[in-house]
Amino acid sequence: MSTTRKLVLVGNGMAGIRTIEHILKLAPNAYEITVFGAEPHPNYNRIMLSSVLAGGMSIEDIVINNWSWYEDNGIQVYPDDPVIQINAELKEVVSQNGVRATYDELIMATGSQAFILPLPGANKEGVIGFRDIKDCETMMAASQTYRKAAVIGGGLLGLEAARGLLNLGMDVTVIHINGHLMDRNLDLPAGLMLQRELEEQGMKFLLNKHTEEITGKHRVKAIRFTDQTMLETDLVVMAVGIRPQVELARQAGLDVSRGVIVDDYMNTSIPGISAVGECAEHRGIAYGLVAPLYEQGMVLAKRLAGAATEGYEGSVTSTKLKVSGVDVFSAGQFKDAANTRSIRIQDDVDGIYKKMVMKDGKLIGAVLFGDTTDGASLFSLIKSGENISGREKEILLGVPSGSGSGPSIAERMASMPDDEIVCGCNGVTKSAIGDAVLNKGCNTLGAIKSCTKASASCGGCKPIVESLLVHYAGDAVGEQVKEGICGCTSYDRDEIVAQIKEMGLKTVKEVMNVLDWNEPEGCSKCRPSLNYYLGMIWPTEYEDERVSKFTNERYHANIQKDGTYSVIPRIYGGVTSPAELMKIAAVAQKYDVPMVKFTGGQRLDLLGVQKENLPKIWEELDMPSGFGYGKALRTVKTCVGNTFCRFGTQDSIEMGIRLEKKLDKMVAPAKVKLAVSGCPRNCAEATIKDLGVVAIDGAWELHVGGNGGVKVRAAELLCTVKTDAEVEEWTYAYLQYYRENARWNERTAAWIERVGLDHVKKALEDRDVRLALVERLELTLGRTVDPWKEIIDNEKLRKNFTPLADAQPTTH
Amino acid sequence: MNKLHIGHLADIDEKGSRTFKVQDTEIAVFKLSDGSLHAVENRCPHKGGKLSEGMICGTAVHCPLHDWKIDLRSGKVHEPDKGCLNTYPTEVDGNSGEIYITIAG
Repeated sequence: MSTTRKLVLVGNGMAGIRTIEHILKLAPNAYEITVFGAEPHPNYNRIMLSSVLAGGMSIEDIVINNWSWYEDNGIQVYPDDPVIQINAELKEVVSQNGVRATYDELIMATGSQAFILPLPGANKEGVIGFRDIKDCETMMAASQTYRKAAVIGGGLLGLEAARGLLNLGMDVTVIHINGHLMDRNLDLPAGLMLQRELEEQGMKFLLNKHTEEITGKHRVKAIRFTDQTMLETDLVVMAVGIRPQVELARQAGLDVSRGVIVDDYMNTSIPGISAVGECAEHRGIAYGLVAPLYEQGMVLAKRLAGAATEGYEGSVTSTKLKVSGVDVFSAGQFKDAANTRSIRIQDDVDGIYKKMVMKDGKLIGAVLFGDTTDGASLFSLIKSGENISGREKEILLGVPSGSGSGPSIAERMASMPDDEIVCGCNGVTKSAIGDAVLNKGCNTLGAIKSCTKASASCGGCKPIVESLLVHYAGDAVGEQVKEGICGCTSYDRDEIVAQIKEMGLKTVKEVMNVLDWNEPEGCSKCRPSLNYYLGMIWPTEYEDERVSKFTNERYHANIQKDGTYSVIPRIYGGVTSPAELMKIAAVAQKYDVPMVKFTGGQRLDLLGVQKENLPKIWEELDMPSGFGYGKALRTVKTCVGNTFCRFGTQDSIEMGIRLEKKLDKMVAPAKVKLAVSGCPRNCAEATIKDLGVVAIDGAWELHVGGNGGVKVRAAELLCTVKTDAEVEEWTYAYLQYYRENARWNERTAAWIERVGLDHVKKALEDRDVRLALVERLELTLGRTVDPWKEIIDNEKLRKNFTPLADAQPTTH
Repeated sequence: MNKLHIGHLADIDEKGSRTFKVQDTEIAVFKLSDGSLHAVENRCPHKGGKLSEGMICGTAVHCPLHDWKIDLRSGKVHEPDKGCLNTYPTEVDGNSGEIYITIAG
């Protein structure tokens, strides 16, 4: 007879699974656990859906608990199978697929659903919410076929959805009922600044608009507003709010208002049934942010595990907008009232707005725009409820810590309760960080991050995690609080580059020794970065360190998921010849290459090649390596230009070949793709390249920082020049400037976004500077060798492409 | 227990690796910067990536597919990921430099 009790969780989302995780920690064998989920996915980080939509992450990246986690913890899980009935008398649930499970304890964690406005036409195809992976997939699919999208709701969720749709290349209009954006989180000045910023990113707005009807036959065609104006659209995303999912609870006879009503211990009105997360209503509030849900989960887990808990008393919440290039933070009560006083700074020049709202000497709310670095510390002041009288201005204007009157950061860290959640995204408490520092030897932010995942998601809590590190580790922290290029060092890219130059460091090993790396041989992040920086700084002396490069760059071929490789020879400007084609065909046939494919960069890819065949194929092709695998110049795509095309204004083919021949074998912080178009019709798609040259009548335009990958970014105009020689000068100077200044693995699009086009324009405006840059690039290019030829002729390198001979038994 | 001859010290570069097959199992043998040799099953427990193609840092190798980090001495996957793979004892003849490996079973 086992004493194990049965626990059933209805809802396979963040709040419910977080609760289970705590129960497993507190009382490992107390329950036999069964989980039902409506979605076909394991528990994933719903907060990061906007990042999936924006293109920075894949769905796989946002999974928090993968299937093996359920298995490892002995949890029976039924995905894609929602519970449709609860029989509280029999203590039994029934799922859609007919699975019956009895329970001793039942947790309702059904979350919430997007609120779809009950408008005529809201059921048409192409009208969706923004709530789960399926919605994301619908939006991504729509962007393939349709162009126009409308988002109803100018709040946090709506703007994140809109930004994602912009990234997907859609023409996006946000419709908002209020006169300014995010009115539930921002006051008017911040709302207007936000609007201006987003308009610059290409978002359109219709404010003070009430939707009346969604029109269209089968699929949405347009939206009609109450003022009878219309907006044509192919997709409508409703982001006006969420509603707790309470149908099931209501059927089961639980007390339900807006959400399932719970007490401070997450008990519902029926014994044996608890509720947690977005579906629960506590003291009249149903929360929609992760931190309160995790706090509730902790309380519930403690109760179910039989541990002491003081109960849940409600949360003050804060909001951060996850839209690239816009920093917005809001917390607590940010609106002015008769009994509040506020301080605000508005700087339209730099686009910064800060506001603090005080009541009875305490900070009760804050809004930050443009610079949100103080967000975490303001939020902890709001939560602590301490008196800040007399220090208000210091706090807002920024003042060195410890000089104020009230409690110092150290005192605040000391007085923070152990179970306070520091990292809302991953639900990491103060005591978990303490445990990592005191018992698991973490003495850097990076170490805490990899051990507990604190600050690993949005990063908003980083300042507090750092302060806690100091609190627990004291002097043992030393200088390593700051985060470096990877977990092995506290130095950032610029510091490392400066020290390499200053101290004349010449090898990866030397850099690691002198700069006191905490992993003697580094990791897969810092090794390739240092290898690149050293080669960039010492072009004539540094010997490229093969063992510090990724597989692709060591074998000069692209590793595929099955361990085979692909071979792409260089085809300058995409122009080939019958002889070359016959040679490629012959090699492909001889080695039985499974697939021959045209790449997007106008060349041929031989896919599925066995590693041991690579050197033989290269030898027989006798063509230069196309670097289709490296952080290097990839292709220069060209259109036909005035050689054949009746619209062509310049010889784009000749220009493309000239650039590719010159830049052949150029390594860079990340891959570099070029294109040359012979007229503004731009058939070579030059404006989504790292550098695109577009011919206009009598001149050339140079566009930079474009990207056509996961995150589409249109290139920006760097300059317009008259002669071919100037095209070359600017191109080479620009690329060398990028080589010398970007972080390793940073594409030009991300780099330009970080430093700004104006900065780059300014850096290149002086011709002498440009010529010096060109000269440095030429010095580097002059020393390159074709990597394929090098391997073919060198037995020591070549041996690594073949396996060892079959193992032989010995007589020993 | 089977002791097999697999090659010579000079066949493997420092911070490099070579592979060989024993029946159906592909094994990768790595040479660390201290000269020591470590043989493991050439299959990342995550998605089956070929560890022999990965970057060697200290006593660990990073899988080329998704950057899982595996300790070559114990075969254990580094935190926060989890898993373990087979390791095989290696031996070098001090005079000849020939490498031998022991396969259980």
